[in-house]
Formats: sequence, C-alpha cells, structure tokens
Amino acid sequence: MSRVALEHITKRFDDVVAVDDLTLEAHDEELLVLLGPSGCGKSTALRIIAGLEAPSEGTVRIGDRDVTDAEAKDRDVAMVFQSYALYPHMTVARNVEFPLRARRVPPAERDERVAEAARALDITELLGRKPAQLSGGQRQRVALARAIVRRPQAFLMDEPLSNLDAKLRVQTRAELVDLQRRFQATVVYVTHDQVEAMTMGHRIAILDRGVLQQVDAPQAVYERPANLFVARFIGTPPMNTIEGRLTGGADHLVFEASGVTVALPAGLASATMSASPDRVVLGVRPEDLRLDPAGSLTAKIILIESLGHERHLVVRLDDGQTVIVRQPGDQTPPRDGEAVTLSANPDSLHLFDADTEQRISS
Amino acid sequence: MTADAAILPGPVTASTEVATRRRGGPSRRVRLLGRYLLLSVLAVIVLFPIYITVVNSLLRPAQIASQPPTFFPTHPIFSTYSDAWSSGHLGHYLFNSFVVTIIIVGGQVLTSILAGYAFAFLKFPFKRALFVLFLATLMIPFEVTVVQNLTTVVSLGIYNTYAGLAAPFLAWGLGVFLLRQAFLGIPRDLDDAAALDGYGNWRFLWRVAVPLARPSIAALTVFSFLTAWNQYLWPLLVTKDEHLSTVQIGLRQLRGTSLENVNITFAGVIIAVVPLVVLLVVFQKQLIRGLTAGAVKG
Amino acid sequence: MTADEETGARVTNRRSRRREVRLAYLLLVPALIIFAVFVFFPFIKNFQLAFYSTPPFPGLPNRYAGFSQITSVLGSSDFRNSLTVTVFFAVLTVPAGIFLGLLLAVLANQKLRGMAIYRTIFSSTIATSVAVASVVFGTLMSPQVGLLPWLGINPNPAILNNPTLALPAVAITTIWQNLGLSFILMSAGLQSVPEDILEAAKVDGAGTWTCFWRVTVPSLSPTIFFAAVVGSIFAFQTFGQIDLLTQGGPENKTNVLTYFIVTQLHVHQNPGYAAVLSIALFLITLVLTLLQLRFLERRVHYAR
Repeated sequence: MSRVALEHITKRFDDVVAVDDLTLEAHDEELLVLLGPSGCGKSTALRIIAGLEAPSEGTVRIGDRDVTDAEAKDRDVAMVFQSYALYPHMTVARNVEFPLRARRVPPAERDERVAEAARALDITELLGRKPAQLSGGQRQRVALARAIVRRPQAFLMDEPLSNLDAKLRVQTRAELVDLQRRFQATVVYVTHDQVEAMTMGHRIAILDRGVLQQVDAPQAVYERPANLFVARFIGTPPMNTIEGRLTGGADHLVFEASGVTVALPAGLASATMSASPDRVVLGVRPEDLRLDPAGSLTAKIILIESLGHERHLVVRLDDGQTVIVRQPGDQTPPRDGEAVTLSANPDSLHLFDADTEQRISS
Repeated sequence: MTADAAILPGPVTASTEVATRRRGGPSRRVRLLGRYLLLSVLAVIVLFPIYITVVNSLLRPAQIASQPPTFFPTHPIFSTYSDAWSSGHLGHYLFNSFVVTIIIVGGQVLTSILAGYAFAFLKFPFKRALFVLFLATLMIPFEVTVVQNLTTVVSLGIYNTYAGLAAPFLAWGLGVFLLRQAFLGIPRDLDDAAALDGYGNWRFLWRVAVPLARPSIAALTVFSFLTAWNQYLWPLLVTKDEHLSTVQIGLRQLRGTSLENVNITFAGVIIAVVPLVVLLVVFQKQLIRGLTAGAVKG
Repeated sequence: MTADEETGARVTNRRSRRREVRLAYLLLVPALIIFAVFVFFPFIKNFQLAFYSTPPFPGLPNRYAGFSQITSVLGSSDFRNSLTVTVFFAVLTVPAGIFLGLLLAVLANQKLRGMAIYRTIFSSTIATSVAVASVVFGTLMSPQVGLLPWLGINPNPAILNNPTLALPAVAITTIWQNLGLSFILMSAGLQSVPEDILEAAKVDGAGTWTCFWRVTVPSLSPTIFFAAVVGSIFAFQTFGQIDLLTQGGPENKTNVLTYFIVTQLHVHQNPGYAAVLSIALFLITLVLTLLQLRFLERRVHYAR
C-alpha cells in the first residue's frame, strides 16, 4: 500500500470553488476520513484522487508518483461507491473479476483471486447470483470484494455505509476497520456522519465549503477543535457556544454573558490575554455542564429529552441563547420550566475569537 | 421511460373480480353478460377481414362469388397456398424482404447505439447543436425527400439493389433519441467504476452500456423491423424488376388478377402476414414499448 | 453538478480529452453521413429544384423559373384539389381512428376474465401492412366477390370507381389497418390514469360515465393529442392505399398529396413540380410538429 497526497489542490466548477487549496496526506496504512456536511467538497476531493475529476490547480501523488495527469485506470486505486456501482447484468463473480479482466490477468490467477476476495468478505456462496438478488449489506460486501481483488495502492470509499440501515451500519463499520487492518490498507474514507468518522478514522480531516478546517486524531479533534465550525460539527449533542465578553485582568479573567459568569482557568486566561480578541465565544460540551445550586449560570429548563441512560436538558439563558446539558440518568431530573443554576467544568472550556472563529489555545 | 407502464396486459385481478361478481344480483349478471357480448361483437368486427381472407383462400373461385358467401369452408383447398408461393414468387419476395429488413434493422440499431452513446456519455464541442440536428431529421418526412433520394441512389449506382433499398434508412433520429435516453438511465457511478477498473469508453459501451440498454435495443429492433418490413413507397420507386421486389410490392402484383385467381391472392396475403404475426407473438412486449416510447416521451 | 460536468467524468487531462472528442465524432459519423445524404441534402435540394422548371423534352437544360413555378404550382387547381382530398382523408381517418382505439381500449381495460384474449385481438391489425390491408379490402370490395351483395351493398358500379365512395372506402381500409396501433397507444395511455383519483371520484359518488369524462379523458388528453398529431402527419404521407386501391382516381377524388408528388415525378417526369409539392408537404408537417411541441411545453409547465 502507499500514501496518498493532495498538494494545494483547487477545483473550480465554473464560478463555484468546490475545493480550495487543499493539502492533505493519507499515510501508508492509514484510514483517513474526510468529514463534512454535504457540498463541502469532500467527494470532489476523493474523485480528484481517483482521477474522475481533474483538479484546476495542484498535484496529486500516490506513493512517490505524481499522478496528476494520469488517467483513472492508471492510478491503481480502487473505489467503493455509495451506490456500490455493481453491474446489474453480471453475476457477483463476474462483477468481482471485472477489474481483473480489464487488466488481462490470466484466467487461472483471476479465479484464484476472486475466490480469495470472496472468502475475505464471506460472499463465496453468493458468487452465482445477480446484484438484484442481494440485500443491501451483501451488495456492499461485493463492492468491497471488487475493490480488494485488484490489490490496489489505496482504497477510496465514498459514503459506503450510508445506504445501509442503522443496525447493519454499526456492524459493517467494525468489519471495515477489521478489513483495513488485515490488508494494511491505505484508505481515504468520505462521510458526512461524524460518528462514523470518530469510530473508524485514524485521523479525521474536516472540510467546510472546500476549505480544510482541521486534521487530527478523532480524540484530539474532539478535545481541541480548531475553530467554531469543527466545535459545532463534532459531537452529539453538539458543543454549546455562548456569545459574550471578557472582564477582569490577567490574574482573574472572567467570561460574561447575561446571567452567565465563568472564571477562566489561568492557562486559558493568559493565552486569551495575548490574543486580545474583541469579542469571544465560549464553548462547553453538554457533558461538561451540570446542575449545581452554587453554579454561576442561571437558566430555565424548556425541554427535557430522556434517552434512558441519560437526559438532555435544553435550557434557556437569560438573554435567550439555548444550551444543552447532559445529565446522567440516575440523577433526579428537574421539572419542566424550573429555574436552575449550572456550573461548567473549568478544565474543559473552549474559547473562540468571535471574529475569526478560531480557537484561542492555552 | 417506465417500461412496465407500457406493457399492455393491464391490471387484471381476476380473483377479486370473481368474488364481487358472485355477490352481485341478477341485474349485475345481465350487465356483465352485456359487456362480454359487446366485446365479442367488436372482436368479430376487427377480426372479420382477416377471417374472411383465410376462408376465401381455401375456397374455389366460384364459391367466393356465390350468394350467400361461404363462412365455413367444408372442403378447404390448400393448394392455393402452394400456387401463391410458386406463381406469385412469394418465396423470393419474402427472401428479399428479409434481406432488406435485416440490413435496415442492423444498420439502424448500430448507428443508434453509437450516436446514442456519444450523446449520453461523451463531452464534445457542438454537442447540443448536433443533437438538435439529429432531432430535426424527425421533422422531415421521408416523402418530402423521396424525389431527390431517387436521383441520389441512381447516381450512387445502387439503384435497383439491396443497398439502394436499405441505404436511406440506415440511421433514424428516433432510434438515436431512444438509445440516448436508455444510456442516460445508466447510473454515472457505473461509468466511474469502469473507468477506475481500466475500461475505456469503447469497452464500457459494449460490455456495460449495451447489455444494460437491452430492453430499449430490443424495442428499437422490433419497431424498426415492423416499419422496414412494411415499407411500400421506397421499394416501389427504387426497384426496376421483380427480381428485387419485396413482399409488399409482391402483393401489388397479386392484386387485380382475375376472378379465377382471387383465392390465390387471398392465400398470398396470408403468407405475407405470417412472418410478422410470428414476430409479434414472440416480441409483443418489446414492440409495445417501442410504439409507446414516442407517446410517453412526447 | 450539471449533466455536462458529470459526463466529462473520465476526462482528466488534455490528451484524453482530445481522444474523447475524436471518439465522439467517430461514433456520430455513420448516422451523420446517412442524414446528410438522405435527409439534409435532398431537403435543401428541394428548394433549389423548386426554382427550376423542367423542360418538356428530355436532354434540354433546366431553366431558372424563380418564384413563378412555385406560385403556379401552389395556385393550380390540381394542388388545391390534392390538398382538399388529403385534408378530407385526414378528417375521415384520424378522429374515427382515435375514437375507435379509445373505445376498444376502455372496454378491454375492464377487470374481467379473459381480457388478455380481447386485447390480443384488438391489437392484431398491427401485424398487417398497408399493402396487406389494401389488397384484402380491395379484393373484398371488388364486384366479383360475393361479400358486398350479402351485406346489402350494390357492388356495381365498383365502390372504388365511385367518386363519392372511393375516398371513404380507402379511409375505412386505413382505419382498420391502424386500429391495432391506436388501441395499443390508448391502452398505454390508460395505464397512466391515476388509480387513486378514479377511486376518490367513486367514493365521492361519481358514476362510471362521469368518471370517464371527468377523470379518464382529461388524463388521456396528452395521449389523444399525440395520436391526433402523429395520425395527421401519417395521413398526409398516405401513399400505399391510394396506389393499390384507386391510383388517385376516380376523377382525382383520391389524389392525395404524396401520390400527387410521385406521379408528378414518375409519370410526368417533372422534378421541379414535385419539389414544390414536397416543400408544401414539409411545411404542413412542420406546423403539425410545432403544434405538438408547443402543447407539450405547456403540459410540462403545468405539470411541474
């Protein structure tokens, strides 16, 4: 397997910039997830790697080779499509061996490799069927087998799980991770589902409107989101963001909004002083907020969503901003409409510059 | 194009109908009988010309002229068919019809596949303009160009040949349109997947696009066969001697023979119809798809 | 993403883009050659021919006649007669054909046992050709055959020699031959009548007749319109029936436009005259086609 690298890739469709100066590398044997909302340019980036779109600017490398001008078939990458893209008129066996036929692999070797791929994905007994006779999960496996059989430099996957039902998706997620490990494959995986990204990716690259926002390991992205977009995109329920201002001096910096007073810990305070933003946004994840009679945030419960093991309390601050609080299921729930006070875990506060939307780091 | 909507045998849910019928009273039963009666009368009227042709082909000429006419031949004469076959040269005409029809159908299907693929999958300058030009051919009926086409065929040296009979029909705008639509219905992902798997346009066309467009190709084939087989004006103009006559022109020569030969004329008509009946029985679905494609598409 | 961008999916560099363009033209060439030689060239040539009159004796060069030939042909009583006959023929065949096709389609669309048999019978004339229908009807209508007297029709003088009856006789032949096609078209149209609206109408208490006129016919109107336009275009191209049954006679009462063109060409050896008639035929077809396109456009706007 090989690394896959994009260097200063820009793609324009007429006046629309789909990908804007993207530099990104999937290391050898890495599962890199491209994550973002629909229309963020992640699929276009993947198609540029595949050779299905030509970049307007920039360089694509696979291994040590510059493949920017190479045709799709000469790039030695396999792609798994959201629709699986199985040929409906061919049996599973013919579908799987189709790429080998194109490359004029001798029949004996062809059969052997098809059998091997079928075993790896447990579809041996399906080889004689047509795609129409398969379930969604089975089709997905066939599509994977067709990718594996080629022994490519890298795998490209475009939302491969989004056509499966929720239960099957969780199961297949684990199988894909296992497969990636067994084949020591370099995988570039596109999804809009942040749970998929968090559970599967070695690293996650988050894109928004064609621009790369952050690349890092899932936990790092979760703990230290680079900007407001990432902060709000990663995590369910999403991170609470509260607009407000800073008061006090270097030794006692306080975030203030209507009914909210939060003292910033020393490290964050000094970082903030040196950045000296005009306006700030405070980020607190729902699990870092708790009901606390001595708390410094006053709010009113407007909705309680119970999931059994936990509760999501939707509360409204004095100035109308809403905030979600995650409460473990074994604690006493508040009443609807009750006025409450909250406190935030001071070690898990995130502060963003309201103008640049960038993280202020300690 | 929705294939299933175009297939004739409609929603017949016989079992539920039977159930409701049993519950109905006598007036309901009378009405039902009336419906069947009406349908049957209409069926008899539609079939009558063909039926009387079959009957008359089995009679002696005197019986055909007699009053009242014979509707159920008691002593059928089958020799009329062999007479029509030999004296009418029908075997030869059928052969000519088959040759010309197969050239036309083959040519039309091939040119439609090629051009339809270009319009559906490839990107090239003047694509829109060329497509409009292709569609514009549908606005010019063949009858409008027949005068000059005859001159063209003569100057190309293919007057009075199979090639001359077939040449003007080797491409057909509606065929191109039909297959372009069929190809556009193929998911783009398949094209992308094939490109990654190492299949160029040419191999993708024959290994994936054509097999997937098979229903439309079949519809075009049957429809094209029907129109080519039934052509009349062009074969009449472009052939000089009977040697190249098609069946339709052969019927022209069978017609107008004197009373002694009327039964043979009728037998000839039946012989000329049989190949199409066989074709239609086998390919009913495809034909109906082809015929209704235009109406559904508009 | 627009369709064009997606169809360009394979294109990754300049070299293969050139190859794609070359392949596209290569694929179009066979059809283009046929169209160029047998559609566009003769079509344009018609206009040239229309301006030149053919001398009465062969061998002499054609003479430029300008608009005089066009005006004289279009103003001639022969042309007016032919146009009248053709329009009359269309009026006789098209509405009746559609009505009968619709009638059979509606009757055969009932959910009764054995309908498949009736459907097969009603679509059966699709297997006949113009020549087959003409020979069958021509022979049955001839005075020697005993059918007409039995039906109470006097076969002498022959119907096809009767100036009043010849065209209707040809029309009946044509209607019968087209019945299968009309039936199939109307049946396909009936499949698209929304079942739930019909059921809603029944629940609202509408009878069979009201349902037919208020729901079925409006839903079928695109199909009926299509059949009317295409039927009219076909009617203006009628040739075989006339050639086999009446040869334009008696007294030119069945001399439809296409038959007129062919006789001008073949019998009178007058390509200039025939070219003017061809242009007239084209213009009629064009108007009919544009009418249909216009209607379809409107329909699309209403539907979306």
